[in-house]
Amino acid sequence: MNLSTKHILSIRDLTLKDIELILETATNLQEISKRAVKKVPALRGKTVLLCFFEDSTRTRASFDLAAKRLSADTLTFTSSGSALSKGESLLDTVKNLEAMNPDLLVVRHKLSGIPHLLAKNINCPVINAGDGTHEHPTQALLDLMTIVQTKKKVKGLNIAIIGDILNSRVARSNILLLTKMEAKVTVAGPATMIPADIAQYDVKISYDIRKIIPEADVIMTLRIQREREAECLFPSLREYARFFGLNKETMQSAKKDVVIMHPGPVNRGVEIAPEIADGPHSVILDQVTNGVAVRMALLYLLCGGKEGVE
Amino acid sequence: MKLAIINGRVIDPSQNFDAIKNVLIEDGIIRDVTSSKKLDGQYKIIDAKGAIVAPGFIDCHTHLREPGFEYREDIESGSRSAAAGGFTTILCMANTNPVNDNASVTQMIVKRAKEVGLINIYPIGAVSKKLEGKELAEIGEMVSSGCVAISDDGMPVMNGNLMRHAFEYAKSFGVPVITHAEDLTLSCGGAMNEGKTSVALGLKGIPAAAEESMIQRDILLAKLTGHHLHVAHVSTKRGIEMIRQAKKEKISVTCEVTPHHLTLTDVTCSHYNANAKVNPPLRTEADCQALIQALLDGTADCIATDHAPHSQDEKQVGFGAANCGLIGMETALAVCLKLVHEKKITLKRLIESLTIGPAKIFGLKAGSLKKGSPADLTIFDPNKAVTITAETFHSKSRNTPWEGIKLKGKVLFTVCNGKVAYES
Repeated sequence: MNLSTKHILSIRDLTLKDIELILETATNLQEISKRAVKKVPALRGKTVLLCFFEDSTRTRASFDLAAKRLSADTLTFTSSGSALSKGESLLDTVKNLEAMNPDLLVVRHKLSGIPHLLAKNINCPVINAGDGTHEHPTQALLDLMTIVQTKKKVKGLNIAIIGDILNSRVARSNILLLTKMEAKVTVAGPATMIPADIAQYDVKISYDIRKIIPEADVIMTLRIQREREAECLFPSLREYARFFGLNKETMQSAKKDVVIMHPGPVNRGVEIAPEIADGPHSVILDQVTNGVAVRMALLYLLCGGKEGVE
Repeated sequence: MKLAIINGRVIDPSQNFDAIKNVLIEDGIIRDVTSSKKLDGQYKIIDAKGAIVAPGFIDCHTHLREPGFEYREDIESGSRSAAAGGFTTILCMANTNPVNDNASVTQMIVKRAKEVGLINIYPIGAVSKKLEGKELAEIGEMVSSGCVAISDDGMPVMNGNLMRHAFEYAKSFGVPVITHAEDLTLSCGGAMNEGKTSVALGLKGIPAAAEESMIQRDILLAKLTGHHLHVAHVSTKRGIEMIRQAKKEKISVTCEVTPHHLTLTDVTCSHYNANAKVNPPLRTEADCQALIQALLDGTADCIATDHAPHSQDEKQVGFGAANCGLIGMETALAVCLKLVHEKKITLKRLIESLTIGPAKIFGLKAGSLKKGSPADLTIFDPNKAVTITAETFHSKSRNTPWEGIKLKGKVLFTVCNGKVAYES
């Protein structure tokens, strides 16, 4: 079985069959990370370029580990300390890297659409590891895997996504993926962070998280980017935490089996209180674990890994 | 030197004229437009049978990039691009480097245009020194050197008081003030129209209100100062409505619409197509329809291309970082003829908005085939099938959103001051 797409730029690139295949492959590969010797030769001889033009901890580490556990060679590339800081254009840099014959390129960039630009200009598959305020498809896939693991299903679940929907690539990918999987998605936050045109997707909009928490089977809260304070999207972290943060008070009315998710990095005490982030409903660290599995699956499927998984 | 353009369908909206005629040209001047077959003396003949003969087109909004950005365009390549598009007179904006904010830059542009000698080029001077929006540029001297209007196009004058004084000062020298209407505090680094597509692409949107609030401010300043306002590239339905209302109130205001805002929507930006990144941004279908209606009823006085060349390197850097602007002189006719073929506007109105329409706004001696006028003409076949191919452009740049599109309409000859400036 192969994926129907060469690149993973957006959740839109994936069919339902693709999604099923990715989750199934990820579940199969997950066991490798629990072995004493965490390595299989599936992608031996393949080279994966990790181009992180924007800062990242978890996603970069996750891709790096995923590639290494499949025996691929990785080369990590950041904008500081490279020719980009000498003024070389992004396309020139990437074309030069391509001339070294990589088998796959993982790219993160602060501008929306950069993975699309690269995919158009180079030959190997491209995985979007987060582009600007557009999408973060691998995050959505690992979130889906986590939901399915905990809830055993996704169809029909009430899923609330709370926070800066306007500027969140995680939110956009999750909305696309979860609605595709027929979950009932509600987005919530202050209206400055919820563009009216988000209604083009099959989502409900709320400006009051207290109204939607009692219904939610899964609550996904997003990181508040502090620089948005300067853009007047909210007046202060304190006020944001009070009205839109998950804490003991706002979570009082939640379902007993509610699942709490966060893509990280967490602003403790802002969008989520420590006792909720570390509490029994939180699956935040499972998300990270599943991230490695999902990325192993994508590398395996896109690099044409055929053998050596067992 | 005598030239006769025979057998063509001559359409001259300035004289409300549409008939098969011969146009006789002598010494760069229209001598006669006649039905008589007899040609007196030695004429070079252009047989325009089956084609339209119109006054030479005028583009009152272009960027020629010289001095300073000659890798994108220069006065020579811009002249060739204009001639290939049927334009015999163009106005060029001040955002060169150095900025056209003083007489020496104006004189340099006028001199270069004369040396190239292909078409008529009139510079537009800056409103403020270095387009900084702080102090008035030397408008009087620029006008004496050949500027026909003033504008800080692309760098909106945010300071209302400075803009007021620009109106008043320009009034003393009889040149209109052109506004690029954009409240920068509202557009705030946006990359495209705010709407479904911007949300889907994760790109920062520019609301229509950013343009409309400034159109309204400048209409109020035109009223306050009693001087003429020309609104560049109107892109929204409400913006046009405000201009329609101002005209009803007899405020001295005119405006232009562009071929791209008439025919393309923000959906063109899908897949991060940076050649569709332009300011003001491509809007919605409802906006296109309102602009077409405005062109029909005369609220929009003319069509201008906002020809804005950029190199591939300035476009292939990600949508958010790409420069704004697209080139339009070589595609304007075919793109606008689509509206004629779809019966949304008449051929006569299209020609009017490319000729006498802009000529009137800027007081240009152009846009008409009246006896004694400069012999500027465009001969085109409105039905000839064309495929837009950027590689064949005369412009130095390739940033067109119409690449590969099939249209109908081709310029056959462009005649400027009695000389053939372009022949297909």
